[in-house]
Amino acid sequence: MALAQYKYMDIIHRCFRCGYCKFPQDWADVDNCPAYARHRLESYSNGGRLWLIRAWVTGEIQWSPHLADIVYSCVACKNCEEKCPLSFSDEIINMVVAARNEMVELGLLPPPVKDYLKNVQLHGNPYGLGAKKRGDWAGDLSVEPYADQEYCYFTGSEGAYDTRAQQAARSVAQVLQSAGVSFGVLGNEETDDGNEVDLMGEDGLFELLAEKNIATFKRRGVKKIITLSPHSFNVIKNKYPQQGADVEVYHYTQILADLIGQGRLRAPRLDGACITFHDPCFLGRWNNEYKAPRKVLKAVAGARIAEMQRSGKSALCCGGGAGNYYTDLLGASPDSPARIRVRQARETGADILAVACPNCLTMLEDAVKVEGLESEMAVRDISELFALSAQ
Amino acid sequence: MDSVYRALADIVGEDYVSEQTEELFTYSKDLGTSEPRWPEYVAAPKTADEVSRIVEMANEQKLAVVPLGGGMSLAGLALALRGGITLDLKRMDQILELNEQGRYMVVEAGVSHGKVTSYLHKNAPHLMHSEPGAPPAATIGGNLAIHGQGDLAHPYGFNSDMINGLEVVLPTGEICRMGSCALGNQWYTLRPLPDLSLFMGWSGCTGIITKVSLRLFPCKKIQEQDVFVVENENLVPEILFKLTHVGMAEDLVVVSQEIPPPFNRLHYILINLAGDSREELEFKRQLIFDQNLAKYIQEGTGGIGAAGQDIERPVVSKTSDWRKGGGFEYVGAIVPVGFYPEGFRLGVEISARHEIPYTVLGRVVGCGHSMMFSWTYAFNRADNDTVSHARQALHETDERVLEMGGTLWKPAVFGQKLVMDRMDANTREMMKKVKTLLDPNGIMNPGNWEVA
Ligand SMILES: Cc1cc2nc3c(=O)[nH]c(=O)nc-3n(C[C@H](O)[C@H](O)[C@H](O)COP(=O)(O)OP(=O)(O)OC[C@H]3O[C@@H](n4cnc5c(N)ncnc54)[C@H](O)[C@@H]3O)c2cc1C
Ligand code: SF4
Ligand code: SF4
Repeated sequence: MALAQYKYMDIIHRCFRCGYCKFPQDWADVDNCPAYARHRLESYSNGGRLWLIRAWVTGEIQWSPHLADIVYSCVACKNCEEKCPLSFSDEIINMVVAARNEMVELGLLPPPVKDYLKNVQLHGNPYGLGAKKRGDWAGDLSVEPYADQEYCYFTGSEGAYDTRAQQAARSVAQVLQSAGVSFGVLGNEETDDGNEVDLMGEDGLFELLAEKNIATFKRRGVKKIITLSPHSFNVIKNKYPQQGADVEVYHYTQILADLIGQGRLRAPRLDGACITFHDPCFLGRWNNEYKAPRKVLKAVAGARIAEMQRSGKSALCCGGGAGNYYTDLLGASPDSPARIRVRQARETGADILAVACPNCLTMLEDAVKVEGLESEMAVRDISELFALSAQ
Repeated sequence: MDSVYRALADIVGEDYVSEQTEELFTYSKDLGTSEPRWPEYVAAPKTADEVSRIVEMANEQKLAVVPLGGGMSLAGLALALRGGITLDLKRMDQILELNEQGRYMVVEAGVSHGKVTSYLHKNAPHLMHSEPGAPPAATIGGNLAIHGQGDLAHPYGFNSDMINGLEVVLPTGEICRMGSCALGNQWYTLRPLPDLSLFMGWSGCTGIITKVSLRLFPCKKIQEQDVFVVENENLVPEILFKLTHVGMAEDLVVVSQEIPPPFNRLHYILINLAGDSREELEFKRQLIFDQNLAKYIQEGTGGIGAAGQDIERPVVSKTSDWRKGGGFEYVGAIVPVGFYPEGFRLGVEISARHEIPYTVLGRVVGCGHSMMFSWTYAFNRADNDTVSHARQALHETDERVLEMGGTLWKPAVFGQKLVMDRMDANTREMMKKVKTLLDPNGIMNPGNWEVA
């Protein structure tokens, strides 16, 4: 049966399936689409996925759990949009998300996606943990509730609930405190930012989440936001304004870069360390911010920065976008993007793999363990390097 | 779960085999106008040994095996015309050796042209290979299997003339090497052993190429594209004769296309030059323009369209989006250079009849010995009428090319039949013997080059 309402019917057939979208900028290999890197069958490449979606929409093939897995295996990393030379390229991820909209509408989701959305719906976070515990990450840090400080610090669900990401959430707070930045937090009043919910195609839930957060911003008089997660940064910056938000939003690395410029932040000393940086897609390809995290890292005294061969616009995504850090549709293989990525990081000789995203942090740290690289390379959020000297 | 699936999973691993509708659907189509043809299994092997075990198993089961590289041929050559197993070879993508002094590299056949370019750029910037104008996902093996040609075609000929050795899995599963590598582990020459090149140009019907020793050529520091424009198509062959006499260009391509309108009916002769210094380039330009092409400028029949432009490589064909429709297919023909004017007029005429903006292109192969001439027909994938128009235009072109004495390059099955019908009977008989000898069970990409 053909789907009546698929939004991109007028362009989805325009994918030639030429495969430019699999490459990094320098053509080094066909594996820069994380879903394709993991599976290496054309069905999982961007062109394959678009052709499959079209076939489902026109009724040429029927929905199946496997089709749903393929559609949800795209992590929305935007590598394809960066590389596709054709004029519709800006719409590639929208075309995938629109197919997910239909799957949500029809209740045809892969089970982990269903769990994710259900948890967010019921608890305001994908982990299914109590909404009341959202503010617990701060522990005994004396973080103030947001009142009329300059910034509101928005941790997002991973920072609030994931034990490893909580450490990053705390170190950002510590660094901001050490530099004398005026900020407060929303505590239990924050709810999931909705970036992944939106990309998973659950429009209605996304709108609810955005409305809830925006109402809180308005009620509490929030004007400027610092986010821990590039995912929160992305959605607040690019999607919330359409829902009526009127806030300035910064990723914490942008604030840190500024503080360094102003001489307000004490940089750590890491003599002899070699650091490589993994660009998060939602800071890099989604928001064109490649400089701020590098500026922050360059301030680390005594350390050498080694760029991975694929960095900036060519960075391979850790495989955690669009909720995949939770649904894990690209896991369980040496070809999982996170495992490929830590091998790429290790090739630089780095002993610290620096990240600026709580999803990347958990994805890549797990991958380092599975790859048996723990004794050679540590995964650290940039804020954690700075929190060392803040203490 | 059936036994073939089980056997494939044992060989390549569960992750890299499928018999599910989604994969079969994906591999049932390529980029061109061919009707979908569904394989029964898809597998992505990693090594020649895995390929060999699959082929042995397929022989026992009398199952078709269809090799697939980048799938860029457009002509449906890697579609499973008789079902069976589609082997996606892109996991065989290792660069095994670079011998700078001997100017060759040894690669697995599923490696993409893009990866080879990038590797050389980083590791041996003074060397290059002849990259086709295809999207960079095209593979080395697939391109040889269709006698491709690339951006060094003028000095060095077809890409299949540019190899120093091959490893092939025969249709019966043996892994076999050709060239000096057959004697040991050195991959420096294909000659002077008895000629066994039965694998290139066969579209995978005689075996699966698994490793290639690829010849590399000097990559000069500065590369540029100059463009000479003429209005009269009849002038193109003599200009190309002059240019090939000078012998300075790396690539000589003539393009004429309806879109964008200022290009319509003009002939753009693209001249790729390279030099290690500005003086070297200047010298080449002088020879070309001042001594050989000045006559046309003075007469007012030709002019310099551009000079010193960057060479965009690889060049995507945006033609696929001309009708906002995601597709085109072209007839490529190998013809004498003197064919250009007639080929151009043929393209304009057939395209107009099928309401397709015309695009023709000719690339000199060798020192003017031949030319790859293509007629490209864009279509809208969502509009069946335009697809069948394009298909019809392709068929008409195939027929006309042969009538005019041309030879079809990488023809689809329709064109292959036309070629075999016209072929010298003894040659066709020999083709048949070779095919039967190598592939007694007829499992290799059956439906293509069926000589019977
Ligand atoms: C926009 C565009 C521009 C192009 N420009 C050029 C150009 O300038 N020059 C040029 O030569 N071509 C050109 N082509 C055609 C295309 O480049 C070639 O078809 C391509 O290089 C073939 O490589 P592939 O890996 O895509 O082969 P595929 O299409 O995957 O396969 C081609 C044939 O070879 C067989 N095959 C594949 N791999 C192997 C193997 N390892 N061993 C044995 N058989 C195998 C397949 O079964 C099939 O029959 C162009 C195509 C496009 C879309
Ligand atoms: S998305 Fe763009 S680059 Fe990728 S296959 Fe389609 S047309 Fe080619
Ligand atoms: S967004 Fe990333 S994962 Fe999704 S198709 Fe594009 S490159 Fe692949």
